[in-house]
Amino acid sequence: MSDKVAIIGVGQSAFVRGYPGSIRELAYEGFKEAMQGAKLEVKDIDASIIASAPEYDRQRSPAGVVAEYLGLIPQPTCYIETVCSSSSTGVLMAYSMIKAGLYDTVAVVGFQKMSEISSMEVQERMGRGADIQWESPFGTMMPAYYAMYARAYMGAHGLTLDDLAKVRVKAATYGQINEKAVYRKPVALEDFVPDPDNRMAGPVASPLRVGDCCANADGSSCIIVASEERAKAVCEKPVWILGLGAASEAVNMAGRPDLTRGLRAGIEAGKKAYEMAGVGPKDIDIAEVHDCFTIAEIMAYENLGFAKNGEGKELIRAKETYKEGGIPVNVDGGLLSKGHPIGATGGSQMRTIVLQLRGEAGPMQVKDPEVGLIHNIGGVGLYGNVTILGR
Amino acid sequence: MAKPEEDTRFSKFGTVSFTALTKTNDFIDYLEGGKVEGTKCKQCGAVFFPPRADCYQCFSSDMEWFEVAGAGKLLSYTKLEYAPIGFEDDLPYTLALVDYGAYKVFGRLSSNMPEEEITIGMAVAPHVVKLPKGHISYEFTKA
Repeated sequence: MSDKVAIIGVGQSAFVRGYPGSIRELAYEGFKEAMQGAKLEVKDIDASIIASAPEYDRQRSPAGVVAEYLGLIPQPTCYIETVCSSSSTGVLMAYSMIKAGLYDTVAVVGFQKMSEISSMEVQERMGRGADIQWESPFGTMMPAYYAMYARAYMGAHGLTLDDLAKVRVKAATYGQINEKAVYRKPVALEDFVPDPDNRMAGPVASPLRVGDCCANADGSSCIIVASEERAKAVCEKPVWILGLGAASEAVNMAGRPDLTRGLRAGIEAGKKAYEMAGVGPKDIDIAEVHDCFTIAEIMAYENLGFAKNGEGKELIRAKETYKEGGIPVNVDGGLLSKGHPIGATGGSQMRTIVLQLRGEAGPMQVKDPEVGLIHNIGGVGLYGNVTILGR
Repeated sequence: MAKPEEDTRFSKFGTVSFTALTKTNDFIDYLEGGKVEGTKCKQCGAVFFPPRADCYQCFSSDMEWFEVAGAGKLLSYTKLEYAPIGFEDDLPYTLALVDYGAYKVFGRLSSNMPEEEITIGMAVAPHVVKLPKGHISYEFTKA
C-alpha cells in the first residue's frame, strides 16, 4: 500500500467559447497534455475517472465513450459528478483508490462542452440549478443565490461594489497572461461605472453585475494521480497530496446557516484538509479558489482562514492576493477570466497549483511556493472540496 | 375525500413547478386556504421549512402542519434582471430569504415594494398569491 500519493501529470485544453469538436475530442486535449508532460503511455494508466456535469451532455454515461477515445480500455472507468467540483471529487476518489492499494496510477479527466446544448436549453437548465421542488418555482438562478450572499455581506461587513469589482480586475490581470484563458482582455474599475456602454456594469441579479460573473467556456482538464512508488519511479518532480477535505451543504437557502459567514461546505472542507495536511492558512504559499462570482472569492478568503470573517475585503483592497502579495490567489485568471467549464474546473485549478509548485507557471509564476491549496465548490456551496499540495 | 389516483396538486406551485408528486402535497391546499405552512415531527418535535414528509432525526413520518404566520426578518434579497425559461414575464422580480428563528423561508418579495424601501433586517410577512393558469404561490410584503 502506498504511503504517500502524488500528482505526476497535469493538463488542460485551452478554455474557449464554442469548442469545434465533440466531447471526446475535447477531453483528449487535456489528457494529451498531461500524458505527454508526464511521459506516460496509455498502458501506464490503471484506471480512469471521468467527470462532468451531466445536464450539459447529450451523451449518456460519458465515461465509457471518453475512456475509449483516450485509449484507456479495457481498464476500469467510472463517472463522478458533484457539478462544478466534479474533477476535484475525482481526485479525492483517485487518492482513495490508490491508498486502498487497488491501483497505482489513475487518470482523472474532467470536461465540459457547455455549448453542446443550445442557449435555450442552457437557460432552461439554469432554472433547475438548485432545489427544484421548493425554490426553482420562484425563478432562481445561480447568480441570484450568490447575489444573496453578496447582499448579506454588504449589510453585515461593509463590503462594497467596488471591492467586488476589484476581484474581477485582479482576475483579468492574470487572464491576460494565461494563454489557456477564455477571457484575455483587461478589466478596469471604470468598466463597472453604470453606463449603457459598460457591459461589465450591466445588472444581472442585484448587487451582482455582468462583470461579477465568471465566463462560461468549453474545456477539459486531466490530473494523473499515482502511488509513491510509481511517482518516484517515473516522475522527476512529483507534487504530493498533503490534505483532502470534502463537505456538503443544504441545497435550500432556507437550510443554510448564517449567510454572512460564507459557505459552510468550504469552511468544513478547509478544516479537514488543513488537519490532514498538518498545516494552517499561514503555511499556504499560493491558492486557487472557486471564484464563480466575485463574492465567492471574498468568502473563500475568509472560509479558508486567509482573513477573519468580515475582513476578506481587506485582502483585495491591499492587493494581498495579487502575485506579489502575502497570499496570491487565482493568479491564472480564476474562473472569472480563465473560464468555468464545470466538469473541468477543479482539474484546471489543480494544474495551476502543480505548475506553480514545480516552478513551471511561466509569467504567472509566484516566487518559490512550497505549499498550495485548491478550493473547488459545487453548486452554490452545495459541495466543497479543499485539496492541499506540496513539493 | 376521494383523491384522484395520481395526486398532482404540487404541479400548481409557483410560476413553473418542476415537481408533481410529493408527500407534502397538502402544502398546496394550505396555500389555497391562504396559509403558508411547514411541518413539525410529532415524535421528536423537529420543525421543517420547506416542509418534509419524513423526519431524519427520529425516522418518523408522523408530521403535523404549522402556519408560518406573522413577521420574519429579511436576511437577504436580490432583484433579477434575467430569468430562466418560463419566468421571463415575471421580470424583474426579487427573491428573498426570511428568518423565523427556528427556520427560514425562501420566496419572493412583493413587486409592490419599492426597492428603496427594502432593507436587510426589516420585518416582512408572507401572503398567498394567485398566479395565472391556476398556479399559486406566496410572497413577502412589509409587515
